[in-house]
Amino acid sequence: MAKARIVDPTRRGEFWAGVKDTIPLVVGAIPFGLIFGATASTNHLSAGGAVAMSVLVFAGSAQFIASTLIAHQASAIIIIVTTFVVNLRHALYSASLAPHLKKLPQRWLLPLAFWLTDESFVITISHFDTPDASPHKHWYLLGSELFMYLNWNLCTLVGVIAGQYIHDPASWGLDFAMIVTFMGMVVPFIRNRPALMAVIVSAITATVTYSLPNKLGLFIAAILGVAAGLISEAIWAEEKAPAMAEIEP
Amino acid sequence: MNELVIIIGMALVTIAIRYPLLALLGKITLPEPIFRALKYVPPAVLTAIIVPAMLFKNDELVIGYTNDYLIAGIISAVVAWRSKNLLLTIIVGMGSLLIWRWLLSTHMLG
Repeated sequence: MAKARIVDPTRRGEFWAGVKDTIPLVVGAIPFGLIFGATASTNHLSAGGAVAMSVLVFAGSAQFIASTLIAHQASAIIIIVTTFVVNLRHALYSASLAPHLKKLPQRWLLPLAFWLTDESFVITISHFDTPDASPHKHWYLLGSELFMYLNWNLCTLVGVIAGQYIHDPASWGLDFAMIVTFMGMVVPFIRNRPALMAVIVSAITATVTYSLPNKLGLFIAAILGVAAGLISEAIWAEEKAPAMAEIEP
Repeated sequence: MNELVIIIGMALVTIAIRYPLLALLGKITLPEPIFRALKYVPPAVLTAIIVPAMLFKNDELVIGYTNDYLIAGIISAVVAWRSKNLLLTIIVGMGSLLIWRWLLSTHMLG
């Protein structure tokens, strides 16, 4: 179990704590960013296009799927709609973060929203839930997000360049890095029966609905998983959802 | 040209998902049950991403020792559970994928 870590509650202290706690997530994202860049040309996405996508969209799994769809010559509208469905989960993240950020002006909220990812969300929401009353916790989120963004773009660039020299980069299994990273984020969350039920229902639903178009199954699985957690809470009333996984970064 | 349309479209829909709730929800307070539901979002979403990614190979369900992602995924789940250490989970997970692939390639596993 992770200790409640004391973060220096200044702007600078929060920012660098966010950067530091994001290091393992950056390690997990590196192979994923490299393979996105390296497979771009195989998928008929230009080098400039791959880099522009990382700079402007900044959504790992959506970029991956879009790149694959481009290879299969899907129409622009299909690719954009798929991106929408795959990224819908971020709306849930925004909703979770909003109560913690409501004092911030829009000039803060817009960039924080643009840089929002699975990784920065999970690491930050548990930080927001720690009891200390630091007024600068958004600097923690900013530090985490900027680190993820810089790393993702750098890896895309290196991947694009390296891709010209590597044969069949997709067969290297680098995409597995994302799976283990997310595994390390999910498993510590499972500390009681409602959390376990949420994960089991989500896993089964995602597997059964895998063949649905546009990764729609992902969204259905997420909804049913959350529902399963809530129903289980009602059954085992004394077991509430933990704030978030207690991860040792 | 088509590529530019795709990228700009993707960028627009993505920010249109990430931004509005953050911008608006700060002004209103969420009812308690919704707040409770949101706590299950990260594990439910991440599970829905990783489980099919481990089970399916080229859109085919593969359950068995020949599925390297499944074996390495189970090993990393155990490490994550026992250690709660993210970096260790990533390193052991990637390492076990490499080792399992090597074992499969040598046909030592039959």
